[in-house]
Amino acid sequence: MNDRLQRLVRWVTASQLYRSVVRHDYVDSVRNRALEVTSNVFLHLHPISIPRRALRVDYVFCLGGLTFFLFLVETITGVLLMFYYRPVPDYAYVDMKTLEYAVQFGIVLRNLHRWGAHLMVVTVMLHMLRVFLTGSYRPPREFNWAIGVILLVLTLLLSFTGYLLPWDQLAFWAVTVGTNMAAATPFVGAEGPFHSLLGITQANDARFLLLGDVRVGSNALLRFYVLHCVGFPLIAVVLMMAHFWRVRKDGGISRSL
Amino acid sequence: MAEGLNLNMKQGAETTPRIDAGPESLPGMKGDQVAVFPYLVFKEFLSAVLISVGLMIWSLAINAPLLPEANPGKTENPAKAPWYFVGLQELLVYFDPWVAGVAMPTLIIVGLMAIPYIDTSRNGTGLYTFSVRRLAISHFLFGFGLWWVLIAIGQFLRGPNWQFYWPWQDWALPQSAEEHLWSFPWWVGLPLLLAYFGLGLWVPTRRWPWLYSGLGRTRYMTAMLLALIMYGVPVKIFLRLALRVRYVLITPWFNI
Repeated sequence: MNDRLQRLVRWVTASQLYRSVVRHDYVDSVRNRALEVTSNVFLHLHPISIPRRALRVDYVFCLGGLTFFLFLVETITGVLLMFYYRPVPDYAYVDMKTLEYAVQFGIVLRNLHRWGAHLMVVTVMLHMLRVFLTGSYRPPREFNWAIGVILLVLTLLLSFTGYLLPWDQLAFWAVTVGTNMAAATPFVGAEGPFHSLLGITQANDARFLLLGDVRVGSNALLRFYVLHCVGFPLIAVVLMMAHFWRVRKDGGISRSL
Repeated sequence: MAEGLNLNMKQGAETTPRIDAGPESLPGMKGDQVAVFPYLVFKEFLSAVLISVGLMIWSLAINAPLLPEANPGKTENPAKAPWYFVGLQELLVYFDPWVAGVAMPTLIIVGLMAIPYIDTSRNGTGLYTFSVRRLAISHFLFGFGLWWVLIAIGQFLRGPNWQFYWPWQDWALPQSAEEHLWSFPWWVGLPLLLAYFGLGLWVPTRRWPWLYSGLGRTRYMTAMLLALIMYGVPVKIFLRLALRVRYVLITPWFNI
């Protein structure tokens, strides 16, 4: 029996089909351990080997990786939510109720998306704390730290734009409070210092740019939806590529340089 | 390749000493390096599984909040920003909106990005060490802690009209809103503000000369200005709470 199974496995793994997908075998050798990483597009972000200390969970706490993983969770649950959601005031709230009461596991989907977003804000902040405490922003990694700060801001913006979409009282007033701040921007906010110098009014200031209106309404909902689903994720993906690539280029995972 | 393939578990364990033997440095790996596959990849996989399970349990147990439909005619009281911005909203008690909502966030972002261009030393890199980096770590933790404290106050201790309520106090009971605030006249406020920043920049060069000589002029000025602004926040909070000061500086264009 064992023999027959071995022969079957040998037949499968020797086939052109199998070999075209998996380019190496599973024998434990230095060469294969390297190939397992380098011949896989998803794993090749990693180096072939890392310092033993970097394996310790109590050193990095997986925080950067978890943040990225949560971004993937948000992407997948977000795409699924898009099937049920229309960014129009007449429908948005109704769609939330439909998700809750009519869609199988719709409420779980929304919960995963919402709680995952909160968790991501926490992990990205803790990741920054970890990188700071281990001094891992020092040269030559200074620019990657700066990219990381922008990614932190993007995480907050992604979360904030998503906050409006349920179109409930919580969403509406939280975003009203948040975007009113934009009206206070010096020079370019209608209620900010020096706004009259540039001829800034309610109808052309920073808040109007965000909301497409002087108050939160259908234009704001559409803008936030597009930024939340397309704009900010695209920017975040590009910056994440740069962020991960530079970790490798700037000397690999944190250790004394 | 065929001779290496082995489905016999016992024999397999002899030729593939992966997990049970722990991450050993293999011949061909330089120094104290260990293979990413499987040791790191498995840990990443495990952490992804654990957080997925945790998130799933959380999502099955607790529903995301959903209030009644948005109604522009009915203001929520209190209307709170998302929790990660509530710290900035809390600052609105002590500062005008352009400071709390625009200047402070901008300075936080710029300040964070400036950190590696100010602290360029190599001591203690890659280690959790407080003794070597006392200065950097304590200032950073102060700012990080302040951010969370402000969030906690705004999220848990603010009720209707952004009045302060302890968790055991009933929001239905109105707090005495009557506050008699006063401001420094500009001829007191301006010298005070200049003295704060002037002395803040000058005194450390005398007291800790190595700081200035070590950082150089540009780095020193940038670091100290950012630090003074950060410590200015609790100073202003103290002035407001202890002395009922509304503005430190009044000008025709803006107030601080």
